[in-house]
Amino acid sequence: MNKVVSGADEAIRDVEDGMTLMFGGFGLCGLPENCIAALVKKGVKQLTCISNNAGVDDFGIGLMLKQRQVKKMISSYVGENAEFERQLLSGELEVELIPQGTLATRCMAAGYGMPAIFTPAGVGTEVAIGKEIRNFNGKDYLMEMAFDADFAIVKAWKGDTMGNLIYKSTARNFNPVMAMAGKITVAEVEELVEPGELDPDHIHTPGIYVHRIFQGVNYEKRIEQRTVRKKE
Amino acid sequence: MLRTSQRRFREEFMLDKNGIAKRIAKEIKDGYYVNLGIGIPTLVANYIPETMDVVLQSENGLLGMGPFPFEGEEDPDLINAGKQTITMLPGSATFDSAMSFGMIRARKVNLTILGAMEVSQNGDIANWKIPGKMVKGMGGAMDLVASAENIIVAMQHVNKAGESKLLPQCTLPLTGVHCVKKIVTELGVFDVLPGGGFKLLERAPGVSVNDIIKATAGELIVEGEILEISI
Repeated sequence: MNKVVSGADEAIRDVEDGMTLMFGGFGLCGLPENCIAALVKKGVKQLTCISNNAGVDDFGIGLMLKQRQVKKMISSYVGENAEFERQLLSGELEVELIPQGTLATRCMAAGYGMPAIFTPAGVGTEVAIGKEIRNFNGKDYLMEMAFDADFAIVKAWKGDTMGNLIYKSTARNFNPVMAMAGKITVAEVEELVEPGELDPDHIHTPGIYVHRIFQGVNYEKRIEQRTVRKKE
Repeated sequence: MLRTSQRRFREEFMLDKNGIAKRIAKEIKDGYYVNLGIGIPTLVANYIPETMDVVLQSENGLLGMGPFPFEGEEDPDLINAGKQTITMLPGSATFDSAMSFGMIRARKVNLTILGAMEVSQNGDIANWKIPGKMVKGMGGAMDLVASAENIIVAMQHVNKAGESKLLPQCTLPLTGVHCVKKIVTELGVFDVLPGGGFKLLERAPGVSVNDIIKATAGELIVEGEILEISI
């Protein structure tokens, strides 16, 4: 059960034009930086990207947008990205905005083998247009389908060669639910260890969900909003 | 007329953003789990009494959000839903995004405080999209308003064009329906009645009931003496 690959290039070697990819991360936190760089280098195009955000102009998925590799973004919030805005307004880029909890739960459903979920998010709004509505106990819910992604690309703090993953702080965010949801799941980690070095009780993503793993290099971990207080 | 009067009490009276946040903090009860939205709601954290046991939820996956870090101690792996660097208080827990919205949907979070562009008198809220402008997305707002047991809106009473944001019906695309319970603006505090209508509860210092009537397009219900907000 050794899932280790040599690096990002090998991990994404068979990503093809037109595929649907999921990317873990929230804002610029917990992004698979190495795989994004490898995808930019590989130059695959016409991608559908499922990611809570679209990065900024020169970091995260913004780097792929700049190379016109993205055909469609499925996200909950896409601010802070001028190139994204330009492509959207010019019609080059298709965008589907969906509620953040719906996004997470559609990933979760895929990982739990459930075809769809029911959520109240978006009832009575334009998000509900064309969707089946069911009433349970007097309240309306939208039926939302599980995602179907060719690749899930996630970032974890630590992982072992069998693919077991542990995330750190709020860099966890969408990573575990996306890790469960890909036909092929690629995990890049800051520290890759041997089996037995991670406490089984502390594993967030069991290795069964992970197909390829490698230790990433040169993490920038950019901060989007640096907010601090002065020492008194 | 409205614009003139608005400008007048904008300068002299009303609550500023911190005043609104301070008044909303009074709605928080001991033992509450609270989700604070971006903008004025974030400021509410500064006015929660230290004697009170309150846990802040950040929907990117944290319970127990603390203040901003000291300079030099920022951790890029630790941010809030506004993407700001933060800290964790003792007893914090981190989790994934699905669980985060799971606890919101399951009504484990007692109070949600968020901003709005418009609120209607039946409790509909619009706060994510202006037709013709670049749409950034709803983020977690639709999930929060669809599920929260108690939603308080913090917002300015009128928009930049001087038009009321408390309306008979929202004109902008909706974020959620029949969900807002209370509104705090620079002019006053309002309950959104289950049967419809904004019930004036308190007025900002120096602001008259008449000022509020003029600035409110939706049905305003004024009963008895309306006291000034004390904060």
